[in-house]
Amino acid sequence: MSDRFEPVIAVLCCNWCTYAGADLAGTARMKYAPNVRLLRVMCSGRIDPAFVLRAFAEGADGVLIAGCHPGDCHYINGNLKTMRRFPQLKTMLAQFGIEPARVRLEWISASEGDVFVKVANEMTGQVRALGPLNWKVRAAVEPVSGLAEHHAG
Amino acid sequence: MADKKLQFAIYWAASCGGCDVAILDVNEKILDIAAAADIRLWPVAMDFKYKDVEGWADGEIDVCLFNGAVRNSEQLHLARLLRRKCKVMVAFGACACFGGIPGLANLHDRKSIFEAVYGYTASTVNPEGTTPQPHLKVPEGELTLPVFFDDVYSLSQVIPVEYYVPGCPPTPDTIMTAVTAIVTGSLPPPGATVASDKSVCHDCKRKKSDKPTIKRFHRPFEIVPDPEQCLLEQGFTCMGSASRGGCGALCPAVNMPCRGCYGPMPGSLDPGADALAAMTSILAASDDATVAAETARLLDPLGTFYRFTLPVSVLGRAPKAS
Ligand code: FES
Repeated sequence: MSDRFEPVIAVLCCNWCTYAGADLAGTARMKYAPNVRLLRVMCSGRIDPAFVLRAFAEGADGVLIAGCHPGDCHYINGNLKTMRRFPQLKTMLAQFGIEPARVRLEWISASEGDVFVKVANEMTGQVRALGPLNWKVRAAVEPVSGLAEHHAG
Repeated sequence: MADKKLQFAIYWAASCGGCDVAILDVNEKILDIAAAADIRLWPVAMDFKYKDVEGWADGEIDVCLFNGAVRNSEQLHLARLLRRKCKVMVAFGACACFGGIPGLANLHDRKSIFEAVYGYTASTVNPEGTTPQPHLKVPEGELTLPVFFDDVYSLSQVIPVEYYVPGCPPTPDTIMTAVTAIVTGSLPPPGATVASDKSVCHDCKRKKSDKPTIKRFHRPFEIVPDPEQCLLEQGFTCMGSASRGGCGALCPAVNMPCRGCYGPMPGSLDPGADALAAMTSILAASDDATVAAETARLLDPLGTFYRFTLPVSVLGRAPKAS
């Protein structure tokens, strides 16, 4: 077993394109980094930015958001909303101290198994290079029970 | 002391004093409060000593209105002490409810805050680099100061809280609703927030479209707002759709975009995520370059979207430097 850091990448992806694309990669027996954990939602528009925050808070080192190409969304324009939210989400994460390279938005269609493989591998590599996020430890709030009180006169 | 009167305590922790002033803003109704209740502690308005509080029996006080976040050891002591002495604890105002504006200090820690405040801000003159010390020996004895914490806490992160009265500050109507409920014994079940369960938009009288869009984001000083149309649709960072109402939508009524001081909507996963999604999703742009350019005009998403709520958010704070 190597000591190489293995990041956990949460992949929040839509049912109709990206999940099918990942499925295609699987049935075609393409190899890709086992670091990605797929979480399927019906549409990338369903991905509340809070899901991304929670993924980081709960231990993900990187988060990939993926859906149908613009124009191809099963719900017409869900992915356009995802697109509009993404730059500010990234900026906000940077303000929290989460490097922009830990989040990524990609459009991957049902026929693009190879793109899924490429993105999964790239994402794993770029997050591995950053090292662990380790949010729970690095952003831990001091437990109140351990704090001393000051008794003023 | 008339035995039948309700016993009140009002305390301030990490706050600006605005919540205390807000209580006075109920104007002549303060006399009704005074008629129904004895105010046993109110540091901003009357002279009390902490040892008086320590001398009270446990549960002697009916209700404590506690405003301000908790970020030092004196505030922690008083929060715990008042919890013991008071039957009902009310987190009063945005700071006590969610951490409030002081909660944004969770982007830093004690060390970096001291470095800024006692070091490099433009108005600091401190050649000896003096920082507050919890203990100091002087010829007359030892002086002490409260310990400044690394983190800012909302009240319920420190002690159990029965009710939340949000706002920066709570409006006089919200305060009278809460006080009336206390005085008449008609409080909602514990855990309740004394405000609306609908968003600020619900109470806002501005004209809203069925399918709102934003062409361009603006800061309040950049353009003169149309007095009738929804401020969000005009491109202002109005937090109304992601914020709990109960304030009567006072700010948008006077052309001021909602800042979200009544906190997130019931059931919200994360206050900042709600606001971010609400505002950016309706941008009238459908290509990466335009979206990036237009949303970049929102200069401080974290400070805007978590203005009052960072300590109670999913991420809670930024990593500490150490
Ligand atoms: S269904 Fe794939 S992005 Fe909407």
